[in-house]
Amino acid sequence: MSVAVPVSGQPQAPVPDEPTGSRAARWVAYALAIFVLVSLVRVLTGADDIDSAGALRAALIAAVPIVLAGIGGLWSERAGVVNIGLEGMMIMGTLGAGYFGYHYGVVAGLLGAMAFGALGGLVHAIATVTFGVDHIVSGVAINIVAAGLAAFLAKAFFSGLEGGGPTQSPPLPRPVNLPLAFLADPLGELEEKHWFLVSDAASLLRAVTDRISVVTVLALVLVAFTGWVLWHTGFGLRLRSVGESPSAAESLGVDVYRYKYIGVVVSGALAGLGGAYLALVAASGYQNGMTQGLGYIGLAAMIFGNWRPLGTLVAALLFGYTQSINLRGSTDSLHALLLVIAVVLVIVGVLMVVRRAPRNAALLGVAGLLFLIWFVATDSVSSKFTGMAPYVTTLLVLTFAAQQLRMPAADGQTYRKGSAG
Amino acid sequence: MNRAGNWVGGLLMVLAAPVLALVLSGIIASVLLLATGYSVGDFWSILLTAPSERQVVNILNYGAILYLSGVAAAIGFRMNLFNIGVEGQYRIGAFAGAVFAGSGWLTGPLNTIVAILIAMVSAALWAGIAGFLRVTRGVSEVISTIMLNAIAGYLVGYFLRKLGEQSGNATSTKDVPESSWVGGIDILKGSGQELLGLSLFAVVVGVLYWLVLNKTVFGFNLRATGGSETAAVASGVDVKRMVVVSMLLSGAVAGLIGMPVLFGDAHNYGSSFQTGIGFAGIAVALLGRNNPVGIALGALIFSYLHEQANNLNILAGISPDIVQVTQGVIVLCVVVAYEVARRVRVRIEQASVAAALETRRSERTEVPA
Repeated sequence: MSVAVPVSGQPQAPVPDEPTGSRAARWVAYALAIFVLVSLVRVLTGADDIDSAGALRAALIAAVPIVLAGIGGLWSERAGVVNIGLEGMMIMGTLGAGYFGYHYGVVAGLLGAMAFGALGGLVHAIATVTFGVDHIVSGVAINIVAAGLAAFLAKAFFSGLEGGGPTQSPPLPRPVNLPLAFLADPLGELEEKHWFLVSDAASLLRAVTDRISVVTVLALVLVAFTGWVLWHTGFGLRLRSVGESPSAAESLGVDVYRYKYIGVVVSGALAGLGGAYLALVAASGYQNGMTQGLGYIGLAAMIFGNWRPLGTLVAALLFGYTQSINLRGSTDSLHALLLVIAVVLVIVGVLMVVRRAPRNAALLGVAGLLFLIWFVATDSVSSKFTGMAPYVTTLLVLTFAAQQLRMPAADGQTYRKGSAG
Repeated sequence: MNRAGNWVGGLLMVLAAPVLALVLSGIIASVLLLATGYSVGDFWSILLTAPSERQVVNILNYGAILYLSGVAAAIGFRMNLFNIGVEGQYRIGAFAGAVFAGSGWLTGPLNTIVAILIAMVSAALWAGIAGFLRVTRGVSEVISTIMLNAIAGYLVGYFLRKLGEQSGNATSTKDVPESSWVGGIDILKGSGQELLGLSLFAVVVGVLYWLVLNKTVFGFNLRATGGSETAAVASGVDVKRMVVVSMLLSGAVAGLIGMPVLFGDAHNYGSSFQTGIGFAGIAVALLGRNNPVGIALGALIFSYLHEQANNLNILAGISPDIVQVTQGVIVLCVVVAYEVARRVRVRIEQASVAAALETRRSERTEVPA
């Protein structure tokens, strides 16, 4: 069943190949622009929590499981296997972290979570690659099995333990933090001044240094590592070729099944690591149902990020921010955020005019105006709206930027060995 | 091979896969129980104990709901449309229906009928978003329905808090006035449990599904599109229209899922309204190969397991979650088994065609004189 649905009459524009340097420069420019904008909005509205170190730190913690699931999805889909089962693999990861973390310590917890997630990936690979089962069907089934299995095993593992119960593990050991705490106080003081730009930079710095877990750093390293392996090594070229055109890859001697297996199993391991992060870092133990659909958000982040590591990271940070702001319950920042969104929409709309896409420009302009009206007319926003923000944004991005998105050409298609002819 | 032999062989092939899947998942569940130190004997003896009359009625009630959910998913599956969003559509529909029925603008059966229509329409429109995005913007319905599921959860939560009533810890919509309730049917006297009146929707929907699929042009086009989209386009099927219409139909059926419980049992939509039925429906549809009778069997099997799970916990202390594992494994095994069976069939067909060609050629070379 096809997942790739090219829009009829609108051929997908090939992404222009830019030198890596200029692309990086563009990303930095975007980031700076957003930074200045947020700072400006903060000063204008007085919603200081919008980029306080606490809010940004919470956003980072919320973003890590999303980005791990997201680059997990990337490994799988770049090898041509759609992975709806990320959620289930993440659930397996939380359980693995709970069991191995409690009995054998932090490192075993992380490795055990990856192993459990990879096991889920292996099942997905066997079903989709060897047996040619539809990818979505297999993923849905894995999610059902994983949720049941985790609940069942949790009861078996944790029931009798002190501090544990049938639905949760005892408190687990926590991975260590980087020794950067000495920066926290001076940066905090600077942040308290609420100066334009300077205090924002201080809170940003504080967010990434204060009590930052090694696993957070590991996740960021894994994003970079994924980008390097998939786009700058021969192995990655072969893995991606399997996702783009398996028959061409096979005719050149690539073992298609092997690369698909590797992609899907690594995908499961990364989603499992995301689960471990939830159980070990974001919370202090395993709990039934603690993933709460983060696997799906990871999938959304990957799509939003156009099946690329950096894009996935940016999307995950964005989604993590909306999730965390939701939990902090700071309706002020939510409200101020409306202004940020309105301005961003208008700016992108103007860019669309320059790019001669009047329809999109008009739509974005109207949307921006609506957000502006929403900002002016109200003074608080229900937290339910931020909860759904990642999903709505992904849907909107898919709707309006479908031509800019390019998924692997053979993503979701079943390939049988030897059909290259 | 004669026709009758073919037919029997085909039936065996069709049945072999699900039976194999059931056996395999039974083995996996047993291994899992052994590994975690539960009694495998208890598990099987409880699972295979004939259900009490009360349980039979429960199985039928839950089976009917699962059946509706299964048909909702199957309508899309028949034309290779992956409506993962039954869950969200069902919630939107049930909530909209409950709000309307509870508001008491109408009374009596009229209220019930209009509320059911509202549930169907709102669920259909919710599904229609995915269909619309697919045909106008090329957005994969898999992704959009996953997103719409999550959005539906938040939306319903938001409006439940806004429009609902607080009672203790739970929030729910206003109760449906008693005049609009739909009574139960006492099919097993003395069981103390009644079949929910609107469970009969399952029968109606099942018959309609079969009729539309097999006896109408629309149904033919639907199956043709599912079989080969390019062939369907070539023979003049408007695939875009088919996508939107089948999403709408799928959603409309999803809107019915909540109705039996809403009007027969709970009388409101609250935070305790059962979730996960949409995904179970997908599983049931896969188990029954999107066939009206097959889905019914699948729904009854799932419902039976679901009902027996309570006893597992009460009588043997076995976590009922094992049943969900079993259900998931059944689905995984059955799709693998179907795929293997399909490959075997293709190979047999290829071999028989090759053999037929071979004999014809040899006949031709033998006869020239």
